[in-house]
Amino acid sequence: MSRCVRHTAALCLLLLVALLVNAARVQIVEAGTLDDNPANRRSAIARYAEPRGDILVDDRPVTGSKDTGEQLRYERVYRDGPLYAPVTGFSSQLYGTSFLENAEDSVLAGTDPMLAPLPLWHELTRSRSPGGRIATTLDGSAQRAAYDGLAGRKGAVAALEPGTGRVLALVSTPSYDPGRLSGNGPAVESAWRRLNGSPDQPMLNRAIRQTYPPGSTFKVVTAAAALETGTVRDLDDPTDSPDPYRLPGSTSSLTNEVDGCEDASLRYAFTWSCNTVLAKLGTRVGLAGMTGTAEDFGFNDRGLRVPSPVAASNFDRRMDKAQLALSSVGQFDTRATPLQMAMVAAAVAGGGTVRTPYLVDRATTHDGSPVRTPGSRVLHQAMNARTAAQLRELMTEVVENGTGGKAAIPGATVGGKTGTAQHGVGNTGTPYAWFISWAHADGSPEPAVAVAVVVEDASAVRGEISGGGDAAPIARAVMGAVLDGAERKRDR
Amino acid sequence: MTGTTAQAPPTPPAGAPAVRPPLGRGTELVLLVPAVLLAVCGYCAAGLGRTGAVPPGVAAYGAGLGALALLAHIAVRLRAPYADPVLLPIAVLLNGIGLVLIYRLDLETPGDRAAPAQLVWSALGVALFTVVVLALRDHRILQRYAYLCMAAALVLMIVPIFFPAVNGARIWIRFGGFSIQPGEFAKILLALFFASYLAANRHALAYTGRRMWRLQLPTGRVLGPIVTVWLLSVIVLVLERDLGTSLLFFGLFVVLLYVATGRTGWIAVGLALAAAGATAVGRLEPHVHTRVQDWLHPFASIDAGQGPNQLAQSLFAFAAGGLLGTGLGLGDSILIGFAAKSDFILATAGEELGLAGLSALFLLYALLVERGFRTGLALRDPFGRLLAVGLASIVALQSFVIAGGVTGLIPLTGMAMPFLAQGGSSVVTNWIIVALLIRLSDSARRHPPEDDPTATDGGTVR
Repeated sequence: MSRCVRHTAALCLLLLVALLVNAARVQIVEAGTLDDNPANRRSAIARYAEPRGDILVDDRPVTGSKDTGEQLRYERVYRDGPLYAPVTGFSSQLYGTSFLENAEDSVLAGTDPMLAPLPLWHELTRSRSPGGRIATTLDGSAQRAAYDGLAGRKGAVAALEPGTGRVLALVSTPSYDPGRLSGNGPAVESAWRRLNGSPDQPMLNRAIRQTYPPGSTFKVVTAAAALETGTVRDLDDPTDSPDPYRLPGSTSSLTNEVDGCEDASLRYAFTWSCNTVLAKLGTRVGLAGMTGTAEDFGFNDRGLRVPSPVAASNFDRRMDKAQLALSSVGQFDTRATPLQMAMVAAAVAGGGTVRTPYLVDRATTHDGSPVRTPGSRVLHQAMNARTAAQLRELMTEVVENGTGGKAAIPGATVGGKTGTAQHGVGNTGTPYAWFISWAHADGSPEPAVAVAVVVEDASAVRGEISGGGDAAPIARAVMGAVLDGAERKRDR
Repeated sequence: MTGTTAQAPPTPPAGAPAVRPPLGRGTELVLLVPAVLLAVCGYCAAGLGRTGAVPPGVAAYGAGLGALALLAHIAVRLRAPYADPVLLPIAVLLNGIGLVLIYRLDLETPGDRAAPAQLVWSALGVALFTVVVLALRDHRILQRYAYLCMAAALVLMIVPIFFPAVNGARIWIRFGGFSIQPGEFAKILLALFFASYLAANRHALAYTGRRMWRLQLPTGRVLGPIVTVWLLSVIVLVLERDLGTSLLFFGLFVVLLYVATGRTGWIAVGLALAAAGATAVGRLEPHVHTRVQDWLHPFASIDAGQGPNQLAQSLFAFAAGGLLGTGLGLGDSILIGFAAKSDFILATAGEELGLAGLSALFLLYALLVERGFRTGLALRDPFGRLLAVGLASIVALQSFVIAGGVTGLIPLTGMAMPFLAQGGSSVVTNWIIVALLIRLSDSARRHPPEDDPTATDGGTVR
């Protein structure tokens, strides 16, 4: 009998070992796979168990958190949601995140190891820190000025600080309230369907994710290429260009909206936006020179992030002469994001240096100790300082004497370039009105702001649509807001 | 000393000083203190983890558990002074941890307060424990009531057939807001009957009848009654869809038959019958078929777009625990659903205490079982021996079946983790099991066996 009792006891021991081995299998070996199973709600619950960190504009949060008391506890709320949507993006329990909410998710959600006081220990315990904060580079008043200036029309504004690359304004209209996507109820689902189905595409971030034909604003790049390559040595020399200009190897001709372009100087052609002159200059610079300069300004760069990814602006690398001529005045396949054109303006204002635009001034823990400060980085040297100075001269004249008069600001030097881009089949669509510009307050050592504005559906009769009429006033308002802010800062 | 196999207490050799075995009551008291304290700390930790505050009822809870432990200890001190000092502290600790986990899950489900009810049932269990320890002077008395126990067990198992099914199983009887699970009590009664019958007939079982291949088949006259009782109980349980308990009875029967006869063949027959029965039931009974399918493919419902089932949720919970657990009150095992406090309470333990805590729990059960077997080895009367082995096996099999079920080792059968799970009948039953083990171990240690334990068996079982 004792033997049998011992056998039974041994069997029970065997059962215990089986239990222990199996528990180790589930809890250690297969734990990772089970944790990652999409049907396992734990990661979602953990993610929303704590309030998400805030995104700051001018050191004030533009986001917040709402305690719903549900299983996924905290929902994101947005102050001035539509105004900042192109910057913040949304943070939805159903549809994930976008833009800064996406790019800085690890800091905002508190999973970034850098947030923990002891990162190694944190890795080991997989604990969450309170959500960190993302302070943006935005200038709230410039953002507001751009948003109000667009007044609900389809369009976008991007504004940069030329000396650093800080993004001061990033607006896309029509916009939407990302707070409507925060939760997980049927209201969120219907909002998502409605926003995605809307012909106005309110969730499209036109400032960094949409490219437009830049039209005449691209002439800044062409002029830079002409000056850099020595194709034009003096701004006032005649350029030996006909009007109209028959595109090389084709029967079609390029005309101008203004008179006096035949054999005009670069100064005249730039100020009054002569297509013929700049197109001819582009062909004279040649394909290699034009693509080189365009890419130095940031075209064809697929890796640009602010930290949200920016759509690549395009300047074709293979073209015949006629196509190159059209591309040189911002038509054909040339396409640019508003941010890209703001970078062009900023490079001119900032002495020829193209700086990487950035939206995040610093990431901090929830109580403000810094985690990361991205800072200013040089992307390319697009042109030398002399060329930049010549272009500033040209752009200033556009505002003082030419098509960009509506951008002038008293007490500041303002340079600009208008653009009216044809598009659609046979150029039948309502043209896009462009304006790119920069402003330099008198007596200030640095230019304060560079801005690009595009208005898609400028509601004017064809022929009257112009960057100067529709887009320049918006640019002026944005630049004014930045200059006022800088002045207030100086006074303080 | 009235039993048929009783012998005179061993007398120390003349001249040698009488060696009094250590009683262990001091050890028991010393072990009870950390058992209660651990449970109270767990209660605080669960409240802190969940709500950020020490739960308001912690003093009452600690005092209640402490008082129960003290009451049980005094009863043991009075009437079973030689009893194994480890049994009671393990029971108190397991019951305390169970109360903590149920309280912790209560916090997730407002309006459902299971922990206070469980504390009341625990008090009733300890009261019955005290009654058994105080009133039962000698376990051999129980042998006289073997057939009464058998009859009572069958009645208890049949009664729930007349009550409505709950979650697919007819194992509860309800009256006046109370529900009890009579099958739980039947476990003890049936173990008593098996132990008694086999103790009385073990020689007939082992040495009469025809020999077939390597197996000595006993005569129908001897084996008949017990097989009938066992078959009846299993059939009733299958009808009630209480498959866990029928599996338990099957295992208990085979183990006791093996221990009583010493014939390895019974294990083989048992395994063969178990395999045949499992296959048949798995084919014919849709309830079981589903369970087996769930076990083989725990994530099939996810792939089918119906979301994770309870077993998948349980596995998620265990995985979330990892090595060290999330901490009490900080897991999400409530996702498992309605059985989180009963059948799946181990998943909460696994999630919040981790593999470390789960292993500790398994070892506590193992220790309880081991003490039962040790008691069985130390006892000299076959009935006591079989009863101790039977009770220990009930704890072992039940723990294995449910723990193996919720961790995906074997198909899931609805059963209660002893002491841990929510369920009044279960807690009361387990306290009675511990009371009987205390009583048995008191006898065993009061008269320690001589050097050669086979002498008391007649030295014939080999």
